This record gives sequence, C-alpha cells and structure tokens, in this order.
Amino acid sequence: MSTSGHLVDAEAPVLTLHDAAVSVGGRRLWSGVDLTVRPGEFVAVLGPNGVGKSTMIKVLLGALPTAAGSVSVLGQRPGAAGESIGYLPQRRNFDGSLRIRGVDVVRLGLDGDRWGVPLPLSRRFSAARRAADERVREVIELVGASAYAHRPIGECSGGEQQRLLIAQALVRKPRLLLLDEPLDSLDLPNQAGIAALIHRICRQEDVAVVMVAHDVNPILTYLDRVVYIVSGGAASGPAAEVITTETLTRLYGTPVEVLKAADGRLVVVGGPEAPALHNDRHSDRHGALL
Amino acid sequence: MNPGFSWNLVTDVQWMWSLPSMVNAFRAGLAVALLAGVVGWFMVLRRQSFAGHSIAVTGFPGAAAAVYLGLSATLGYFGFCLGSALVIALLSRGSGTGVGERAHSSALIAVVQAFALALGALFLDLYGGFLSSTSAFLFGDFLGITDEDVLTLVAVALVVLLTMALIGRRLLFASVDPAVASARGVPVRGLNILFLLVLGATVAEVSKFTGSLLVFALLVMPAATAQVLTARPARSLLITIVLGVLVTWFGLAWAYFGNQATGFTITSLAFGCYVLAYAARSARGVLLRPAVTA
Repeated sequence: MSTSGHLVDAEAPVLTLHDAAVSVGGRRLWSGVDLTVRPGEFVAVLGPNGVGKSTMIKVLLGALPTAAGSVSVLGQRPGAAGESIGYLPQRRNFDGSLRIRGVDVVRLGLDGDRWGVPLPLSRRFSAARRAADERVREVIELVGASAYAHRPIGECSGGEQQRLLIAQALVRKPRLLLLDEPLDSLDLPNQAGIAALIHRICRQEDVAVVMVAHDVNPILTYLDRVVYIVSGGAASGPAAEVITTETLTRLYGTPVEVLKAADGRLVVVGGPEAPALHNDRHSDRHGALL
Repeated sequence: MNPGFSWNLVTDVQWMWSLPSMVNAFRAGLAVALLAGVVGWFMVLRRQSFAGHSIAVTGFPGAAAAVYLGLSATLGYFGFCLGSALVIALLSRGSGTGVGERAHSSALIAVVQAFALALGALFLDLYGGFLSSTSAFLFGDFLGITDEDVLTLVAVALVVLLTMALIGRRLLFASVDPAVASARGVPVRGLNILFLLVLGATVAEVSKFTGSLLVFALLVMPAATAQVLTARPARSLLITIVLGVLVTWFGLAWAYFGNQATGFTITSLAFGCYVLAYAARSARGVLLRPAVTA
C-alpha cells in the first residue's frame, strides 16, 4: 500500500480498513471491517444502535486503537493526518443564550488551536489575516450560510447551526470529512437539504466523506458505498448490494427483511434493531423518523 | 476634608485627586477593572459564574483565618481562592462547560461553598467577638489603598493578563466548542484547570478591594452587559473593559462626593448598565423583529 506520507497521488485511497476490529473495555464491538474510500466518495456507516458506529469515527481520528487488522488514513496511521481531516461530532446544540456568532465558530475551526490572540487592527496590516477572513467567507458561502453567519449561533435553527458546523469542519480544506450523525435531530426538509449539501461538497471539492447515520434514506441516492456493522460482523459495498434481505439476514443471523417503499425508501423489518426505525437512543431529541 | 460636589468638575477632580488615597483608589480601580473584565468575560462565556462565586466566597474564611492567625489578609485570600479553584478544577470533569458536566459541577461547587462559609463563621467565632474588618472582607474597601497594594495588584494583573493573552484563542475554542477543540488537539481539560486557577488568582486579588461578595459586580456585570450588547468576541471584550473602568471610576467619585460605600456605588452603576443594555436589546428585538423568521 502507499505509505509514502508525502506524495499521495489523487487516486490513492483516502482511507483503508483491512479486517479491522475494535474492543472497548475488553468487549469486542465490531470486527472484520474492510473498506476503501477514494477522493470524492461518499460512504455511510450504518448499523443498529450501540454497535459502535461512532467508535469507527474515533478509530479514524486516532482517538481509539484497533484491536486487530490495519487502518490507514491518508496514507498514514490514524491521528497522524489531523490537519487534513474535518470532523463533525455528534450533534451538539448551541445554547440559545450563547453570544458568539456563527462566523466566529467557523473561524475557530481555522485557527482556534493556535496560541495567542489576534492583534487589534491586524486586519489592516496582515495579509495572512485577510486570507483567513476570505477563506471563512468562502466556506460559509459554500454551505449557503451567508445570510445568518453573523447572527449569534444560539439564535440559529438546528439546520442553520448544522450548516455552520459543516463549514467549520471544511474551513481547512480537508481531504477527508468525518461526520457523526449530522442529520440527527433535524426535521425532514432539513435532513434532505443537509444531505444534498454534503453530496455537493463531496463531488465539488473532491472531499471523501465518511458519515455515520442511523437512517440511510435521506442519503440513499447519494451514496457510493455503505458499511453495515452488526455485533457479529460487517459488510461493505454499494448500498443496493448490502441493504438486502439476503446480506442482512446473513449478518444478523436471524431472518431480516428489507422492504422497498414506492418512493424508493428502504425499511428493514425484523432485525434486532432496524436501522430505519430505531429511535430509542435518540428519542429524547426528536420524534419518529418515518 | 471632603468639600462636597460643586458642579465645577475640574476643581472637583482636583480636590479628589489631591488625596493620595483617592489617587491610589483610581489606579487600583483601573487595574482591577481590567483584570476582572478580561477574566470575567471568559467566565461568563463559559457559564462558570457559579464556580467563580464559590471561589470568591471561600476568600472570606481565608481572609478571616489569616487575620485570626496574625497573617496578612492577602495571604488568606490567595490561599483559599486558589485552593478552592483547584478543588473545583480537579473534581469537575471534561471541559467543565458542557450541560451534563455543569450539572455535576454545580452540586459539587455548592458543597465547597457551603463549607467555606461555615469555616468563615468558625474563624469569626474563634476571633472572639467583632472582627472590625468583617465588613471589608464581605463588601470591600477601596479607600486606604497603599502604594504597595497597587504594586502587588499590577504584578498580579500582568501575570494574569499575559496568561490570558497566551491561551485566549484556545480557551475561546475550548469554551464554545469543546468536542471539536479536543479533536483538534486543544487540551480542553487542562485549559479548564488553568482557567479556574487564573480565576482564583483574579478573585483573590480583586476581593481585597471589592470584598468577597461584591467581587461579582466587576467580574460578572460588565461582561454580561457586553455580551448582551454584541456577539462579536473582540468588540464584546473591549466593551467589557471600558465599561468596567468607567463604572469603577464613576463609582469611586460618587462614593467620594456622596459619602456612600464604594461597594454600593460601583455595583449600582454596573447593575444600571446591565438593565439598560437588556432593555435596549429587548426593545430592539420587538421593534426590528423580522416579518418571516427562518
């Protein structure tokens, strides 16, 4: 595999997992995950609650070691390519009384990890400062948040906040975007809007996207590949090949049926926890999904 | 000694500043407002006002204990404020600013605070009878400040402000968005501990002038007022500092000419500013409410 680290050619995989497994607290969460993601590809991580979908993101960030197999992120070990990875953690709502503008939150994604404070009047004298301002403006326009980026972020709606947070994750021009349930706690029109936005960014900016989702339907038409994780194993491939009665029955080890609604939406019936229906863990934040 | 207010502002100020203690009060007021403003702004943003309040309250038994033992009150303020800041920092989890973390922290902080007040009562009791400086410990004393007091204050202010200048941007990131900051390598928990210690030192130093209870007039009110007025961080911080200095200086003048306690005058002015700012924003919200809300 290419592990040069310096020159990664355009078509080299952004991400490779080979027979990867993870244990947390001595308990094996998942194993046997094989996945290759190339630039500009949109991949979803699916599976029942508690199976460790978010753990996958932590592994890719290098915050958690693998118990077996190999993982390579941008040709390096996980955690070594932090600058080139954009990360959107599981939904956090900004308090309505937080008096910070959306544009400031995006800006922190660019230089918030630096020491010191910006000097007064540096906008007038520093070209780097102006370039940073321009990048922030550009990325806010890319996600279509220009109209409300200068309002306090706590006063923005859930969908508006999510667009600003995607801008924050994108501001350093990452080559890989890791999104942890970005559609969670949004209403259906906003889910569709954010899904379309992520797809557009993925293609337009040639960013590889790995997105954890508990409902595949809003993103189904955009996906290049899915990884479906259950506690016994995992399957990856195009959505049409993985989310099928045969594959899921084999994965779960019990009869599972995948039904296709007239509008193309998939419903998984009979699994221990169906991915399109389960909302036990999230029920405190939103109502029924379907 | 106090000639009264004459409406001739130039002679008024000349009279006031002919007293060395008033000059020192104005000098100290400037440094205290700057110090409390910067640290208070982050405290309000991080929703750590309750932690700050508890640290301030522990300064009271600290000062009482120091005086009972024949030591300087300053030593007591610093020992107890830094100690309680450390206890709160080490026992609170994570960034110290999240919702769950806050719930956990607030109960813990209340425990520290209650015990501190009980200790204060104990030391007063041990002292036997009335401790003449009790009122100063609680409500402050801006008059009778020596040159040495001002020098200590400036030294503490320099250390604190340099620390804040160094960690400012990372602290803002860790305060607003701990999850992403942490993924970007910002030591969120370490910054929380460091900030609480800075807060402890600030509260200890400012308490010497404002007292344990009214330290909040300068720590919370200007910052809260500025954050009502604007959501731009740099502008907000600037308003906090300017407001803090103005409130302190006008408060000192009012106290001098009106023969009021400085704690009362400064706090009243700061409170008035907050009420005005809040009313102004509410009025603007009603008048300029957009026809269609997104």
